[in-house]
Amino acid sequence: MRKVSVSKIRDTVADLCLKANFELREDVLAAIRAAVDNETEARARRILESIIENARLAKSKRLAICQDTGIVVVHLQLGQNVSLTGGSLISAINEGVSRAYMTGCLRSSVVGDVRVRKNTMNNTPAVIHTEIVKGDKVKITVSPKGFGSENKSAIKMFIPTASDEEIEDFIIEVVKKAGTGACPPVILGIGMGGTFDEASLLAKKALLEPVGSSNPKPHMAKLERELISKINSLGIGPMGLGGKTTILGLRILDYPTHIAGLPVAVNVSCHATRSAERTI
Amino acid sequence: MIKITAPLEKNVIKKLKVGDEVLLSGVIFTARDAAHKRLSDLIKKGGRLPINLKEAVIYYCGPTPPPPGLPIGSCGPTTSSRMDRFTPELIKLGISAMIGKGDRSEEVRKAIKNNKCVYFLATGGIGALLATKVKSASVVLFKDLGTEAIHRLEVKDFPLIVGIDSQGRDIYAKAKWKSE
Repeated sequence: MRKVSVSKIRDTVADLCLKANFELREDVLAAIRAAVDNETEARARRILESIIENARLAKSKRLAICQDTGIVVVHLQLGQNVSLTGGSLISAINEGVSRAYMTGCLRSSVVGDVRVRKNTMNNTPAVIHTEIVKGDKVKITVSPKGFGSENKSAIKMFIPTASDEEIEDFIIEVVKKAGTGACPPVILGIGMGGTFDEASLLAKKALLEPVGSSNPKPHMAKLERELISKINSLGIGPMGLGGKTTILGLRILDYPTHIAGLPVAVNVSCHATRSAERTI
Repeated sequence: MIKITAPLEKNVIKKLKVGDEVLLSGVIFTARDAAHKRLSDLIKKGGRLPINLKEAVIYYCGPTPPPPGLPIGSCGPTTSSRMDRFTPELIKLGISAMIGKGDRSEEVRKAIKNNKCVYFLATGGIGALLATKVKSASVVLFKDLGTEAIHRLEVKDFPLIVGIDSQGRDIYAKAKWKSE
């Protein structure tokens, strides 16, 4: 067994929270740059250019890309030959989040109870997903998730004989309903298969995949391409003010499912889709 | 580009047309979900509000804390429609303008038209850039709400688009994806 101290995980989580909030992902930035070149509407171009300028300023001034610095979603891939030492893993992760948000001047956006709604004032707790995998490494991915877009996410349990068209219509309807609120151009993570919960988690994980990458299965990749094209023809455009750029990227992650069902989850994310990862 | 100064005079608001791009300078006040809820509860109780909202410009924003040497952190707009349920009563109290992102309810549009107010759009997700337009910031009410406290901001050339003008014309009214 390889020993890994939870303090190392705490420090890594803290670093990744800062990096994710200050430095826009290169793949996202590249997609926005490509959109500027493709965009014909003057206002849409100006908005996209301001997003690029914002990313430059955020990185150089160590300012949050967006004031909604999110609730922190931590994805852990824990090698089964790792032995964690030095205390509680969950506490260590939350200490890392708290330290980053307090020292990095990031916004505390978490309330401790959904009805009482008192801010916890240190942006904890994080939402933590842990997967046990082969090996003796720990891969940590931190993704601060804003709620303008999270609020627009949806899941639908289709019947197994649903057509591609029915599935596409559902996903396109989610984008239309999201409208201006999700800060378009959006990025969509789609989870298909598994169960109600698994589809949602796949959708969330799909947002971590590089923008522009595609599902390895040809029929899924085709669905991705068709959806991107149809969504961009909606004309919503940057901030909903019209243009060719409604979506920057869409990725499907799939999993086997039950003979009676076909869960489809759509996790909506804004143009400031943020994440950072490191393996220790 | 049209330059305007807050507090906004009625004759200035009247001249603004939907789709106009403007640079706003002067004093604005942040308020988002929790502050709206508190103000609304106070109004329902019938007491005097601890803040004078007459002619105020309300910015739907919860900023990040200021890094050393800066008045404010990242400070872009949040989704305006969540405030729709409170907006007509604030308009009745005399606010002159709102800044946020996204479309508004029909009820809000009518209240804007009837009271000759204006709704501005700021671009979402560019909070670092918008922070460079803020000259000073201080918390004036509901400090316990943290980022959701009401902040007084002094802004210079804050870039906005007129989303709903004083005649009730809505920039999103003709968006084909909405009507379908």
